[in-house]
Amino acid sequence: MSRPEIEIRDLHKSFGDNHVLRGIDLEIAQGEVVCVIGPSGSGKSTLLRCVNLLEEPTKGQVVVGGTELTDPDVDIDAVRRRIGMVFQQFNLFPHLTVTENLTLPQRRVLRRDRAQAAKVAAENLERVGLTEKASAYPSSLSGGQQQRVAIARALAMGPEVMLFDEPTSALDPELVGDVLAVMRMLAQDGMTMMVVTHEMTFAREVADRVIFMDGGVIVEDGSPEQVITNPQHERTRHFLSRLLDPAMANVEENNAG
Amino acid sequence: MTDATKAEAQPRKKGLTRRQKRSVSRGVQYVVFVGALIALAVGADWDRLANQFAQGAIAEQMFPDVITLALKNTVLYTVSGFAVGLVLGMVLALMRLSSVGPYRWVAGVYIEIFRGLPALLIFIFIGVAVPLAFPGTEIPGGTYGKVALALGLVAAAYMAETFRAGIQAVPKGQMEAARSLGFSPARAMVSIILPQAFRIILPPLTNELVLLFKDSSLVLFLGVTLQERELSKFGRDLASQTANSTPILVAGLCYLLVTIPLGFVVRRMETKAQEAVK
Repeated sequence: MSRPEIEIRDLHKSFGDNHVLRGIDLEIAQGEVVCVIGPSGSGKSTLLRCVNLLEEPTKGQVVVGGTELTDPDVDIDAVRRRIGMVFQQFNLFPHLTVTENLTLPQRRVLRRDRAQAAKVAAENLERVGLTEKASAYPSSLSGGQQQRVAIARALAMGPEVMLFDEPTSALDPELVGDVLAVMRMLAQDGMTMMVVTHEMTFAREVADRVIFMDGGVIVEDGSPEQVITNPQHERTRHFLSRLLDPAMANVEENNAG
Repeated sequence: MTDATKAEAQPRKKGLTRRQKRSVSRGVQYVVFVGALIALAVGADWDRLANQFAQGAIAEQMFPDVITLALKNTVLYTVSGFAVGLVLGMVLALMRLSSVGPYRWVAGVYIEIFRGLPALLIFIFIGVAVPLAFPGTEIPGGTYGKVALALGLVAAAYMAETFRAGIQAVPKGQMEAARSLGFSPARAMVSIILPQAFRIILPPLTNELVLLFKDSSLVLFLGVTLQERELSKFGRDLASQTANSTPILVAGLCYLLVTIPLGFVVRRMETKAQEAVK
């Protein structure tokens, strides 16, 4: 493997006085699945949103598939077509049916003709197991189904990289499994994935690498065994213990406070 | 519960209970309402009113022109003004949301001025000032063009604010999702944001149509030919011809013939929109 699919160098991002990302260096190889974990406010979602430039970095470089996104002259719309993104709140287009959610971007952005767009849409709906919902409106679907449609919509554009921003955080617990199953399938198919998540089981089983972020920097970066099972840093251990046993964390907080 | 605790729970205060007070209050309101109706019925001189406003023969003589000419012109003026307002209002709304400062500034000034001026002054301005300022220029479409322009200029100011509110009511995630799929900002606006914004603003937009419908009566300040008269002018002309106000009443009924169903449609749309949110 020659060049990493995603390359991030000395990335900084500030919102006013709030320095959210404080120098991130990260490389993700083609076909690699990287889970980003960390407490809220650690900058993990901001990092993800910088990868397709939904947030404009204050400083540093982002290179995806050999194209530097942070170059002011780059055709950002063209690069984004190669980077699929899945949001916590699904963000399906509520005025369009499920199929139209998949076909409209293909037709308007990729200029595919009606027949081809419909064919690609049907293929991807089948991949996420929602063929029977093709003509439904998003509001009639469960959260889990909506998120799978959102994944299918991103896949229909034929991306080389998929970004997931807490894809299961807005779901009822019993619906999380369906979405994770689709993501696991994608990982097995060799998609390059960057996943911000709190699903430790998914991270442990599916990720090639886990990154723990805190305070705008990468604290720990390694295999799931290294980071989740056997964390080296106190901050990582603290975070994981609170995540795995929230009741304990409350006692701890009371003692500290 | 024993009788003793019951008595404790509901201590008898002097005066009326809450329920009694409520029924007395309601009774008083009905009495006032019925009293006002009776006073109106007895006090008004119905014969003279009927004589002045409800002469069947005069009303008959207004047809079919009141519909085929006057109402048709009213609708035509309104729809053309609405169309101009829609386009101009959309442009202003997008200018208002632009990242270019001068665009925002120009749109803001326009909206403040045209919302603040009576529509009547705009009509006089179009009728008098424009021909004076640009001699030889003709607003295309004659009176129809002038009305469309005057009504459109007024409507655009209101619609711009409505559009802006509608666009801002679409969740930010929609634009982000569109951009992440590779839509350019303009294409995302046209394909994703505006169709949703339009649904949100359909009720207020229809209200604007009702307002314009009434404002179209101001066309008489432009000076119109017989064939260009709309409901108000038509009714007034006939009223002075016949020295009777029946045509005014008929013209008024013609307005209601359109505005009441429109209002009904607006309420239906509002309920539907609320249901969709749930």
